[in-house]
Amino acid sequence: MTTSATTAVGAGFPWDPRSWVRRLRSGDEIAHLITFLFSSSIIFITSWLVFELWVNSSLPRQKFGLSFLVTRIWDPIAGDFGALPFIYGTVVTTVVGLLIAVPLGIGAAIFLAELAPPKISDSLSFLIELLAAVPSVIYGLLAVFILIPLMRTTIQPFLKSTLGFLPFFTGPAYGVGFLTAGIVLAVMIIPFIISVSREVLLSVPGDQREAALALGATRWEATWKVVVPFARVGILGSVFLALARALGETMAVTMVIGNNPQVSASLFAPGYTIAAVIANEFTEATSDLYLQALVELGLVLFLLTFILNGLARLLILLTTQKAGAHE
Amino acid sequence: MSGVPWSVSASMTWRKGVNAFMLGLTAICALLAVSVLFFVLGYLAYHGGRSLSWDFFTKLPKPVGETGGGMANAIVGSAKLLLLASLIGVPIGFLGGVYLAEFGGRTFAFLVRYTTDLLNGVPSIVIGIFAYTIVVLKMKHFSTLAGGIALGFMMIPIAVRSTEEFLRAVPNSIREASMALGASKWRTIVRVIIPAAIRGIVTGIMLDLARVAGETAPLLFTAFGNRFWSPGWNQPTASLPVMIYTYAVSPYDDWHRQAWAAGLVLLGLVLLTNIIARVALSRGNIAPRT
Repeated sequence: MTTSATTAVGAGFPWDPRSWVRRLRSGDEIAHLITFLFSSSIIFITSWLVFELWVNSSLPRQKFGLSFLVTRIWDPIAGDFGALPFIYGTVVTTVVGLLIAVPLGIGAAIFLAELAPPKISDSLSFLIELLAAVPSVIYGLLAVFILIPLMRTTIQPFLKSTLGFLPFFTGPAYGVGFLTAGIVLAVMIIPFIISVSREVLLSVPGDQREAALALGATRWEATWKVVVPFARVGILGSVFLALARALGETMAVTMVIGNNPQVSASLFAPGYTIAAVIANEFTEATSDLYLQALVELGLVLFLLTFILNGLARLLILLTTQKAGAHE
Repeated sequence: MSGVPWSVSASMTWRKGVNAFMLGLTAICALLAVSVLFFVLGYLAYHGGRSLSWDFFTKLPKPVGETGGGMANAIVGSAKLLLLASLIGVPIGFLGGVYLAEFGGRTFAFLVRYTTDLLNGVPSIVIGIFAYTIVVLKMKHFSTLAGGIALGFMMIPIAVRSTEEFLRAVPNSIREASMALGASKWRTIVRVIIPAAIRGIVTGIMLDLARVAGETAPLLFTAFGNRFWSPGWNQPTASLPVMIYTYAVSPYDDWHRQAWAAGLVLLGLVLLTNIIARVALSRGNIAPRT
């Protein structure tokens, strides 16, 4: 056969017209072109998304400029829009979520990757992947009917009586609020932290582990002082990935956050997040400025997750490359 | 770690104690994480099972104040949305994945992969805004079409990545064998490589569908909601996830019961699809072994 099987078909120049015609007739160029068009459409759609977000937020961008990000007032009737309460709510709920999810998730990942027998590890990982598939609105449903009453009657009064001297645990116990949203977020991101961290830990070369054990380290010392530091950067990547997910999480948070745009030190206070305000007010936005302010919030959210996802991927790549270079 | 005489220093006892304690702690973390699943399943089965009835699948929602009724329109609405979503997400995802696995060069393929990851990371509510601006703003009303487009965009990244992954898993020797027999490249792809990888690709797309089936945020202001049947593609439609949301935050007891029932149905479908797909993936050979 004269048709070369291995060279990439698209490498055009300098090209020989005869071979090009032959390949066209064999259908290769057509198949190449069609799949190329479909894959470029992904780039097109994503750029289009960014373009639409930018164009449809021009009014508030011109009117408020960068002060949009630091203004505390959100008053649709007066036409004053500031994103600060939403950015604050998003950051606080995410931080609470991470504080709960990171230790739990990493602990579970260590157990699954380092300690559990393969059979148990595999079946538990299977269940964790199912957990990651549970739709967010289902978590919201459970939170509304079980977590909120529990927070109001038991957990918040308890925290108030024991840790009430801290500004975080003051004020009336409504049940809804930053803390409740943070807990729901934690439950939702734990599966992601576990499955990515487990992959990263499993990619640590076995000789690292064996060397530590041979030097007389206990199982835990080998894990904590050798394997985890080796995988540190990748684990951090999994945390960033979870962070990006938590920032964009909408439904479950919207159902428990309390929908009150305020900046409050108390975690018991009802708040608001970027995603939640978009979900609640988008269909009610009466003026163009109102609607576009919400779109600008969407743009802010997009940029935040874009940066975090990029960092996360970089970190995970660094670890797996390190493991690859090691072998 | 065995073989150390137990008369050794207190430090060894201490280290062993720490070892056992920390190992136990990690096991508890894992158990806690997994128990959430059983907790979710148990609660939904209990509350949802009590409220689930035949009416749920066959009747329209009743007006506020009347008890009974069902969510037949939401079930059909969800099915229509998923159909539209697949019509957009599957061709782009599948053919894009074929390009990346079989044709992709260096720079452009990198760019496509990067954008796919980027799109995968976009929060679902932002995808909703996008679909709103390109469909709802132009047509001036909510529609099934807008919701389907939003879900379709959400399907693309995973369809691309799973197609690429399973095509790459097909051994190169099979490609070379087909080409050595004189088949052209596209014929090799269509007749040899894709059939070898098809099971994996189909399961990947099933998982993708199960994921968007539970998406609520992008539907809130695209497909909106509807208390009646939604004929055609041009009107707002009810969907299961949005119904769960509106019913759960409503003040009516009867709606709460319906929300539990809808939650059970949605979770059941999503988990069942996941279990079937994942078992199919782990059992049997997806790509022929070399």
